[in-house]
Amino acid sequence: MILYAVIFAFGCFSLSVLMNLWKVLFANEIADRILALDTMFINAIALMVLYGIAQGTGIYFEASMIIAMLGFVSTVAYARFILRGNIIE
Amino acid sequence: MDLFFELLITAFLIIAGVFGLVGSFGLLKLNDAMSRLHAPTKATTLGVGGVLLASMAYAFAKGPHYSVHELMITLFLLLTAPITANFIAKVHIHQKESRDSLPAAGEDGSWATQNLDDTDDKS
Repeated sequence: MILYAVIFAFGCFSLSVLMNLWKVLFANEIADRILALDTMFINAIALMVLYGIAQGTGIYFEASMIIAMLGFVSTVAYARFILRGNIIE
Repeated sequence: MDLFFELLITAFLIIAGVFGLVGSFGLLKLNDAMSRLHAPTKATTLGVGGVLLASMAYAFAKGPHYSVHELMITLFLLLTAPITANFIAKVHIHQKESRDSLPAAGEDGSWATQNLDDTDDKS
């Protein structure tokens, strides 16, 4: 039963990543591109944790933690670059 | 594995998948940029929270050790999602809106994020 639920969640999050990729490529506003990239990071965390469940290990936790931190920092850096013209003033 | 834990993990995973899909579909579907901000920052955060809860329940049901590491990611995402949303809304305001197109800001006259030119911390 868990196997089918994991497959279902894999499908949902993979479709989400594809939709975000479409939005990153073809959005007509730059705030939407930043938002779609941030959502892609979050969906990548979900996919990695799901892979950990499917493999039965907890070894992917550190990698997803690092992805979470890098996603936040890079989103803030992008937004700050658009707002002010540089990142660290 | 216990039937109770199987049902719990399955429920968490299905709820998480549906919420993640709804969040990303809202990013494509909604019309206005400020509306589009709602879908990923709320629904997707909840979806990832569901996956992490399922992971915690799985580790608790399976092995001799249980882990609550995943709560750290959930807490981190819940803390940083509003900050991200605030920055993206600021980008939208500076790129697409002007003083006239925004709603009235009340007694202060203008929105605080538009007063950047008046301050002296420019570099």
